[in-house]
This record gives sequence, structure tokens and C-alpha cells, in this order.
Amino acid sequence: MTQALLSVQDLTVRFLGDRPVQALSGVSFELAQGETLGLLGESGSGKSVTLRTLLRLHTPRRTQVQGSLRVDGQDVLALEGQALARYRGGVVSMVFQEPGLAFDPVYTIGSQMTEMIRAHEAVDQASARARALQMLERVQIPQARKRLDAYPHELSGGMRQRAMIALALCCKPRLLLADEPTTALDATVQIQILLLLRELQRELGMSVIFVTHDIGAAVEISDRLAIMYAGRIVEQGAVADVIARPLHPYTQGLMASTVVTGMRGRPLAAIPGTPPDLGQLPAGCAFAARCPAASAQCLRQVPVTVTTGHHPVACWHPLAAATPLPVAA
Amino acid sequence: MPPYERHLLPAPLVTQLMQSQDRGGPAQPLLSVRHLVKHFPVRDGLLARSPRAVHAVDDVSFDVAKGETLGIVGESGCGKSTTARLIARLMLPDSGTLLFDGEGVDEFGGLSLQQYRRNLQMVFQDSFASLNPRLTMEDTISFGPREHGLGRQQAQRRARALLDRVGLQPAQFAARYPHELSGGQRQRVNIARALALEPRLLILDEAVAALDKSVQAQVLNLLQELKQEQGLTYLFISHDLHVVQYLCDRVMVMYLGQVVEVGPVEQIFEAPRHPYTRALLSAVPSMDPARRTSKPPLSGDPPNPIDPPSGCRFRDRCPHAESVCASMMPSLQQLAEAAHHAACHMVIAGSGHSVAPASEPEAQP
Repeated sequence: MTQALLSVQDLTVRFLGDRPVQALSGVSFELAQGETLGLLGESGSGKSVTLRTLLRLHTPRRTQVQGSLRVDGQDVLALEGQALARYRGGVVSMVFQEPGLAFDPVYTIGSQMTEMIRAHEAVDQASARARALQMLERVQIPQARKRLDAYPHELSGGMRQRAMIALALCCKPRLLLADEPTTALDATVQIQILLLLRELQRELGMSVIFVTHDIGAAVEISDRLAIMYAGRIVEQGAVADVIARPLHPYTQGLMASTVVTGMRGRPLAAIPGTPPDLGQLPAGCAFAARCPAASAQCLRQVPVTVTTGHHPVACWHPLAAATPLPVAA
Repeated sequence: MPPYERHLLPAPLVTQLMQSQDRGGPAQPLLSVRHLVKHFPVRDGLLARSPRAVHAVDDVSFDVAKGETLGIVGESGCGKSTTARLIARLMLPDSGTLLFDGEGVDEFGGLSLQQYRRNLQMVFQDSFASLNPRLTMEDTISFGPREHGLGRQQAQRRARALLDRVGLQPAQFAARYPHELSGGQRQRVNIARALALEPRLLILDEAVAALDKSVQAQVLNLLQELKQEQGLTYLFISHDLHVVQYLCDRVMVMYLGQVVEVGPVEQIFEAPRHPYTRALLSAVPSMDPARRTSKPPLSGDPPNPIDPPSGCRFRDRCPHAESVCASMMPSLQQLAEAAHHAACHMVIAGSGHSVAPASEPEAQP
């Protein structure tokens, strides 16, 4: 791996309150310049919390963050005031799941984009607007000049998501965080957005963290995959490797329970049970209660991340020879 | 049912209502829908000249055979949910007829709405919004049977049996409220509630779409088991083509309020004939990093169902569109493979499209 752009070490996030919640427990990963990481997991696994912590979006008063978070050598957790404002949107930018809610409904797309550009760079209104127009064209919005003066509600869902991406890329961030950007879209539009993101990532040479619960979408866009469960990364590796040879029982269960072509009528190998309550995490492996291979050790001790096979996995009993996955036609 | 209404239901009718019966035999479709139309008028302002309308469902006809699972797929705005709501009589169609096992619904000499609703139940996408937040799970499930005349004790017994059947321990879950359950558990309760009246047809409107994959698999397994045990018929509405292929016997593809292709699941997935069906299928991510999609099959968003284009509604996005597609609306045409129909000028003999077969109807197999 080349020089890492992003380095996350032992990141732990707790939300305080009447019922404290351990949202992340010791998450570590690195991301190289120009690399796309797919963060895959179910709801409550900590994918979105990871992204929001990267942008420092959680209320400091009610959030306890431990560990280290470095982007381009800079300690993100130490940023304050102006430096933090410059960091958000300038170095790291985010695309949200629901573009209808992420835009301010009372300002036009164009004014929100120019505001963003002028907040980060000393340019005049006209050139900021020209840049905004250029970005809208870049994300393949038809009649971009007209759309610049449109309000968010005047655009369709796919168009809004394109505009959201344009807004996020206005100031040429080094790292783009995409939080389920295609989940709310139709399949025909989803594939357009995925291809657009892939193309922009290559052109601009930026790094991307793509959060999703859809294995298919993650495979389409990622170089590497990290699988999250109950606030931990349980497995990470090159996308082809993880898909073909999952080492963690959860990863394998997730793939077995995902419906693909050629499984018609057969009962699905569903993972029994539900994810644990993040307010009361078990002492050992969080997946042990649902795991077919759980032993006494799993119930007692949190597994350490080891690289025995092809890629790192956090499991006391990683699957040695994984069964081949049925591949979609 | 409030006590002051209970006398309205004579006792023999109660027992009769609680038994579902097959009337027309296995050959008669359980549900026959003919020329269903629903337009929603758009308010353009007080002085608007031409009243515009959203063509949500436009002349939709289909049958659902007894014991089959019919899948309805399409992009958002194609009318699949409106179709479901029209069938469930949650809204009234502008025109069109509905036969349930050979009987009309809510019309002279036909099934009453109450009888019909007992035979047909629905499960919605949003498991939380479709449960009453102030009713416990037991009350939620027993509400329907009690409304249909079952005694309180009996209804409670049934609710507990159903909770047990959908995999939720009655002792643990009967007294809980919706917010105390996870999404998967809530959807199980919704299924239990739908089954409480022993319906024959279950409409599942994106019922598994909001669930996590591992939970979705559990619910899909449950749906398959229940169907076998109780001889149910499913109308399964989904945008997830993998799930549709997994669960359904026949698939109906809708586009802008119309049916563009319908046929057995193998035919639709292996030999789709309508260009829209082909595009929809190739938009599914491949799951194989070595074979990524390189070109989007369709550009742009699904068009607005207000004032759809003339002729074939797909022609704006279709790579094969010709002049005939603009001038004439293609109708559903039976193809050589039995029970496979497509509405495209390319498969209609003598339509005038350059790749259409000659005027002679397609050879019978």
C-alpha cells in the first residue's frame, strides 16, 4: 500500500446519556490515496457513525471519542474552529443517503454550491458560480445552467443525488464519504450513480469510503471491503478476496442470506437471531450468540484481528476453506 | 368490535365467516383484474385550463392463479403500489373490474367489502408505521378477528398461536408495544396480523425491502413456509429483482402505469422480450468484481407519470424506438412461449417496426 491518506487507529465512540451506547469499539483501518473502501454492514453496525466521526459531526457534549484519526498526517480529533471548518468540505466531504433532506429547501442548488465554494476559497460570486455550473455538468446533469437556479424539490431523486455529489466535490476534497448514496434510488438510477462515482473517483484521484448494506453495490464500486458488525470491523481485504473467500462466519452468513440468481425456492441459510444491543454488548465476540462455530472462548474474549489467511479477520475460529459462493449470472 | 354492534352479526354468520372456502375450483383464478384505471388529478391552480392527471394505473389487466406467487416489479412511480391499493380497495379505481374467485367485490350479488377484506390482507413496507403504537402485539393481532366477530378469549388465543408461528415467543412478545421490537420482529407481527383472518390472498408491498439482509432471509423463509402450510396466494411487490426471482412463480413488469411484460419467472429472467425488462435486469449489480457493469443500461430517471408520451411510453428511453412507437401504443401480445406476454412493437407481428416478425402470427409451439 502506498502512503495512507487516512489512518484510523483503535477508534472508539460512545454516546452518553441515560442509556450509554457503545457505537464503535476499536475500529482500525487505513485508506490509500485514490482507493475506494466499501464499508459493509447492517443497520446499527457502526458504518454511519464511522463516517460522521470522520467529519466530527457528533455533538461533543454527548459523545466520547477515543483513538486516533489522521487524514493526510493531520490529527482530526484535535481540529478546532476555523481549521475544522476548512477541513470539512475542503479535505473531506460527505454525500448523504437522502439528498432531499441534506439540501436546504429554501435556497437554490446554485446558491448552496457557490456558498460552499466561497466559504473555502477567496473567489468572487461570478467565478464561484461558474465553478458550480462546471461541477453540475461534470456529474452529467442535463440542462445544468437551468438546474443551477432550481430548488431541491424541483429535481428528481437521481438528479438531487447528482447535485449532492457535485456539491460535495466543489472544493476538490481528498476524501469523499458516501453514506448509502444509492439506497433510496431505483436500480436503474443506482447503477448510473455508482458508475458516475467510479468515474469521478478515477478522474479526480480522490479516495472514497462507500457505506452500504447492499453487497452488490459495494462490489460494483470498491477496491477493498471492510465488513462491520456491532461497532467493529470483523474482516477486511481486497473485494474479490473477501467475496470469494470470506473468513468470518458473519461475512459468510451475510452472503449466504443474500438472495442471488439460481437460489430459487431453496430455503435461505439465514443467520438466526438479531444483532446485539449496543447498550449492552456481550463480554466476548458480539457475533457469538448467532454464530454456528462459537466456543467458550468466543463468549469470554473479544477476538483480536489476525491475518492467518488472505486478509485480516477478527475471529477466534476463522473459516479455513470457505465454501464457494454462487456467483450471479 | 364494540359491544353495541355485536348483535348485528348473527352467530351462524360468525362461524361461516371464519371459514375460507374455495368456490370456483383450482382452474379459476383467485383474482381477476380487468382494465383497472386510476388517474390522480393534479391541481395546477384555480384557472388551469387543461386538467392534468397522474396516470398512476392505466388499463392494467391480469390474473392471479390459486396458490401462485405473482411478482410485480418496476421503478418508483410505475404504479405497482397503486395497483396493490386498488386491489385491496384502499382506494377506488376510476374504472375496471375485480373478480375474487369468480365473484364481484362490493357490488350487487357479489362479496361484501367485509367478506372480501377477510380474504385479502396486506403487509406494508414500513413495519412501524403500519402498527398502532398504542396497541400491544396481542391486541394488534386479535383486533381483526374480534372485529369480524370472534370472542375476546378466542381472538387472544389465536393471536398467541400466530405470534408463536412467526417465531416470536408469545410469553415474551404478546404484551410489547411496536417501539419495543426490532424491524424484523415488527414485520413478523405484521405478517401474523395479516394471517389472523385466515386470508387466501396476501399482498406484500415491499414487505422485506426495509429489512437487513440477514433478517430479510429469515422473513423470506417464513413467507415460503406459511404459503405451503396454509395454501396462500401471494401478490409480491418489490423492486429487488433477486428476491422476486427467488420467491415468485410469475412476474409482471410495469412501466408508467402499464404492464409491459408478464410471464413465468424463468422466461422473464432468462429470455426477457421487452427492452425495458432487459434494462431493468442488467441494472442489477453483478456481485462479481471481475464482471462489473461498465455502462448504465438506461440513462435518466423514470419519467413523470403526468402526461406520459404518446404511443409506447418507454420510447423516450428505448434504444430501439422507431416512428411506429410514437404513433401507436403497443398492446400485450402473447409470445410463442405459453403465458409469456410482452407489449412491444418489436414482438408484435406486422406492427411496422423493422425487427417485428412478419404479419403471420408467431408460430405456435
